[in-house]
Amino acid sequence: MDHTTNHTTAKAPLNDPLDAPLLDVQDLTVDVLSRSGAAQRVVHGVSFTLHEEETLALIGESGSGKSISAMAVMGLLPATTARVGGSARHRGTDLLTLPEDQFRALRGRRIAMVFQDALSALNPTLTVGFQIAETIRAHEGVGRREARARAVELMARVRIPDPALRYRDHPHQFSGGMRQRIMIAMAVALSPDVLIADEPTTALDVTVQAQIMELLAELREETGSALLLITHDLGLAAGTADRVAIMYAGRILEQAPVQELYDRPAHPYTRGLLAAVPRLAGDTDDLTPIPGTPPGPGLLPAGCAFHPRCPDVGERCATQEPMLLPALPDPPARLVACHYPLEVSGAR
Amino acid sequence: MTDAALSPEKLGAQGTSTEASYQAPQGTWHELRRRPVFLLTGGCALLLLLLAAAPGLFAGWFGHGDPTVCELGHSAEGPAPGHPFGYDVQGCDLYANVIHGAGASLGVGLLATGLGLAVALVLGCLAGMAGRIVDSVIARITDVFLGFPFLLGAIVVLNSFTTRDVPTVAGVLALFGWPTMTRVVRASVRSVREADYVVMARSLGASQWFIVRRHVLPNALTPVLVLATITVGGVIVAEAALTFLGVGLQPPSISWGLQLAGAQNSFQTHPHLLIFPGLFLSFTVFVLITFGDTVRDALDPRGR
Repeated sequence: MDHTTNHTTAKAPLNDPLDAPLLDVQDLTVDVLSRSGAAQRVVHGVSFTLHEEETLALIGESGSGKSISAMAVMGLLPATTARVGGSARHRGTDLLTLPEDQFRALRGRRIAMVFQDALSALNPTLTVGFQIAETIRAHEGVGRREARARAVELMARVRIPDPALRYRDHPHQFSGGMRQRIMIAMAVALSPDVLIADEPTTALDVTVQAQIMELLAELREETGSALLLITHDLGLAAGTADRVAIMYAGRILEQAPVQELYDRPAHPYTRGLLAAVPRLAGDTDDLTPIPGTPPGPGLLPAGCAFHPRCPDVGERCATQEPMLLPALPDPPARLVACHYPLEVSGAR
Repeated sequence: MTDAALSPEKLGAQGTSTEASYQAPQGTWHELRRRPVFLLTGGCALLLLLLAAAPGLFAGWFGHGDPTVCELGHSAEGPAPGHPFGYDVQGCDLYANVIHGAGASLGVGLLATGLGLAVALVLGCLAGMAGRIVDSVIARITDVFLGFPFLLGAIVVLNSFTTRDVPTVAGVLALFGWPTMTRVVRASVRSVREADYVVMARSLGASQWFIVRRHVLPNALTPVLVLATITVGGVIVAEAALTFLGVGLQPPSISWGLQLAGAQNSFQTHPHLLIFPGLFLSFTVFVLITFGDTVRDALDPRGR
């Protein structure tokens, strides 16, 4: 896999779709529009690349802009309330400038999404089997009978016991984990090559979380698709992701292969996050919270968005916003947006 | 955004299920089946529908089922054997007339509500799903129609018709009845269109029309159906009022409104002329409105 791409500068569009990265998001911005027309920027130039058969985790706190970035890439933000800028190229095709009807044909087939709360993401008035079958029928024009057979097959693939029987059940008749499986079945029904999972396990019990993540990883492997995992759970990402991008206040602060990032965090924020995660062996008294709270979208500080809470704040931080650049200890796979990235002790 | 905060406490124990706050359609039916008021009013409503659809089944119970067989000699006589409600001014059997009157009353009620509902569904969906301009235009038109006094408007329009049968009266009542329902449809469409399953459908490439048909309409229908049930009762009252005032249905139609109008001049001497059609009218309206109320209470958790 090619991690040497410079993620900070927008590239010229590539002509050969096979050479182009699977999903290349460059300088994505989202402005939320109020009724009076005033715009408030909630995503400030996010760039990342998702390669074939790769899992990239987008990690951040509530309000860090990770979900809204995913919605923007999927083209699901209503034009009346949000303005999206930058580019999101799927095999070289910029999704953000694509006419709606062409984009619609890609959704589900090439790029699909799993949502956080399966109970509200499934139509309560329809049986789950019907909802899966209909997705297949709408896109592939197959007959009722064949769509039904394939829906049952999909339900078996996501390990629903007695799929043929449960085909006729409504969403509320399933447990939370089973519902999430149904939604995953719908998302992978058309074998998309990019699957975006937005907090897929947040609404579930911890034991079920592991099963769902396992299922997602397995399906990703089987279908050869790529997974963009959006989560606030560092532990969840550690077990699944190949690479991790840390988001804060609508920006990516650090991006690195998963092991390197967890072993040697370079950004003070990443280090703060890791220090705040409870470990099984450790004492919970040892947890170090990051002081302060994340800024709201209208109250962003000048310079680095994290500097008021940063333990290693320097003189440039308050005035100059750092760029996301290759950084020690392991450039170029690691990108950090910090003027004073940590000189990690014990680094090579 | 709804995700849990990235804090140590939440990393260990995340929320489980939202099932408690969720109200399934099956649950509503279950809830309704155990309400005696629902069963009673539902049964009465069905009975009234049967009465309207096949008056012949009931009118002949006392041996004089034809409302048009009249003997002027018995004009306005009170209840007698074979004629439990007595005779009307023309000497016709009042019981048979009252039974046959259900058809016109319920016919106007259902037809006017149905027409209004159809208009409301189309306009409400348009207003709820399309952009701000379409929404504003429809909202202003709705406001204009809501501005007309209902009965006065209906009187003015009906006066311009020479023949006034069930379809024309129903049409005029629908003309003034759709705006309220349109508002309800618009409001519930707007709440449903933000639902996660609509976003999910869009993320799977569903078209706008498909989303409206499959996801928005079925889930937005409940409140307006409840309102429609209550509206049927209101329309029946309006029809009776208009007919009483002489601008509603005309003979040879048989309706409770016409019977009440006929009783106008003589009800002090022959009160049965007013009492029997009036009882049926009040009962019908009461049943329909109570039925709608029960369904609404069962669907609205805040009412419990």
